[in-house]
Amino acid sequence: MVAGKGGRVNWLIDFFGNPDNWSGPDGIPVRLLEHLEFSGLSLLLAMLIALPLGLWIGHTGKGALFAILSANAARALPTLGLLVLIVLLMGVGTIVPVLIPLVALAVPPILVNTYEGLRGVDPDLRDAAYGMGLRGSEVLGRVLVPVALPLILLGLRIAAIQVVSTATVAAYVGLGGLGRFIVDGLATKDFPRTIGGAVLVALLALIVQLGFALVQRVMVSPGVSQRQTIR
Amino acid sequence: MIKFDRVTKRYADGTVAVDDLSLEVPTGEITVFVGPSGCGKTTSLRMINRMIDATEGQILLDGVDVKTIDPPTLRRGIGYVIQQAGLFPHRKIVDNVATVPYLLGWDRKKARDRAMELLERVGLDLKMADRYPFQLSGGQQQRVGVARALAADPPVLLMDEPFSAVDPIVRTSLQEELLRLQAELNKTIVFVTHDIDEAIKLGDRVAVLRVGGRLAQLADPPTLLARPADDFVREFLGRDRGIRRLSFVSDEGLRLRADLTVSVSADVSTVRGADESWLAVVDGENRPLGWASVKDLPETGTLADVRLAPYGTFVRGRDSLRGALDAALLSPSGSAIAVDEEGRAEGVATREALDEALGKVAGGVGA
Repeated sequence: MVAGKGGRVNWLIDFFGNPDNWSGPDGIPVRLLEHLEFSGLSLLLAMLIALPLGLWIGHTGKGALFAILSANAARALPTLGLLVLIVLLMGVGTIVPVLIPLVALAVPPILVNTYEGLRGVDPDLRDAAYGMGLRGSEVLGRVLVPVALPLILLGLRIAAIQVVSTATVAAYVGLGGLGRFIVDGLATKDFPRTIGGAVLVALLALIVQLGFALVQRVMVSPGVSQRQTIR
Repeated sequence: MIKFDRVTKRYADGTVAVDDLSLEVPTGEITVFVGPSGCGKTTSLRMINRMIDATEGQILLDGVDVKTIDPPTLRRGIGYVIQQAGLFPHRKIVDNVATVPYLLGWDRKKARDRAMELLERVGLDLKMADRYPFQLSGGQQQRVGVARALAADPPVLLMDEPFSAVDPIVRTSLQEELLRLQAELNKTIVFVTHDIDEAIKLGDRVAVLRVGGRLAQLADPPTLLARPADDFVREFLGRDRGIRRLSFVSDEGLRLRADLTVSVSADVSTVRGADESWLAVVDGENRPLGWASVKDLPETGTLADVRLAPYGTFVRGRDSLRGALDAALLSPSGSAIAVDEEGRAEGVATREALDEALGKVAGGVGA
């Protein structure tokens, strides 16, 4: 192995330059799709659980303590340990074992940020909304959510980046995804493969980040982000 | 008309915010609830639109117990203005104003047209319509808050310390704007404030509440100032009650003397013999220039050569007796110059005339 700068760049060229790595069941496109499948499904499930729960808790103020405690407990779970445990219990074969720890990873930031976002809305605003004659659901949908949207989106972004980065663990239990390159590379001392996999995961996380910045720009009202629209 | 009939608000911990309150808020008038903090004024206001429900008693809105109306439906028919305006930050100003029309299912164009009309009415530049609340000053936001409350043309308006978070100059202009609007719209307004001067300025009637939520006195401002019901009200009204009361006494009864004004072009010799120590000098258009002291007149020339002393004026028919008295105190002569709306002198209210008018006011207190 050649050490130094040139050596590492060569590793990347070795990996990405090799046509074999771009086709077949172990090629970059297939692994990328697998990775996106794990991540996307986990994130979707986490949103289905955490968004309604966070909105309900934030709006009604009920169960806040319970939610925060369980979210913190979930945060403390070691993802890899959980994954191994689930595989031992359920066996491999489906992608379910990898979804559970990823969902557990994604729920806390979504839940906590959604709840905090709603709770942080100026009480005067809530008061004015009810005083105008908005019903509870209208207050939530037309006032609280649009105003809390930056924080809600922040929670989703944190969750998405964590999930995309952590979905590499699927490879440890014999499933696919970009983690395969890292795990296999390490096992066979094929460092270009490991580095290539790591770079791909990092790029994906970056794209997710940019994607959310765009969503934020489109969805959040200029009145909330306080972007100057008129000079 | 809004009628409080033996209304009490008691919280679970036993605190009584409003205690056996009975009063009537007449249609088309501004009724101000005023009192120190903890007197239940805001609670009383919020019980009208059921932001808080009364524990005992009834609040009748044109004869209907508000408790029989579903709160959102009730609130859509009542304008509501709060201290920090409470504008929706994610919506443009025009859409903020159109909030209730949208809720009532008006079509978008009609709601927005109505919103624009109201923005104009509360004295906002229409360029503001497409801005967001954070781009407006506190005073502008409060105007939007008033426009929003008026959007669906509700007969009743509840205003909870709407002007207390803005600086005094803006507050004064908002107060005057409200009085101007009310002269056009004749809404039934309940206005809450802790500022007795604001209460006296705005209220057709003022309800003074004491801590513990009991009504101390309900009266029109001149009566309140002249005959406070007890020591609490007297103390709450503060100093200078007598002087402040003069704000409500018209200057119409004030006798004016037209013979005390003299043109600036007059020759000193024509006024030298006057039986007065001061004369009000006016220009060719009859606008006051100042006071000339008769004993200090020069030997020759016109009044243009005389150094004039400062003067005060009041607008006849618009200013109160307080304005006239104030003007008199600004002149070395002790007399006030009465002017018309264009600023042209109508005559002079002398010390004797003021004394006579003040005597009548003082006599009225005992009655």
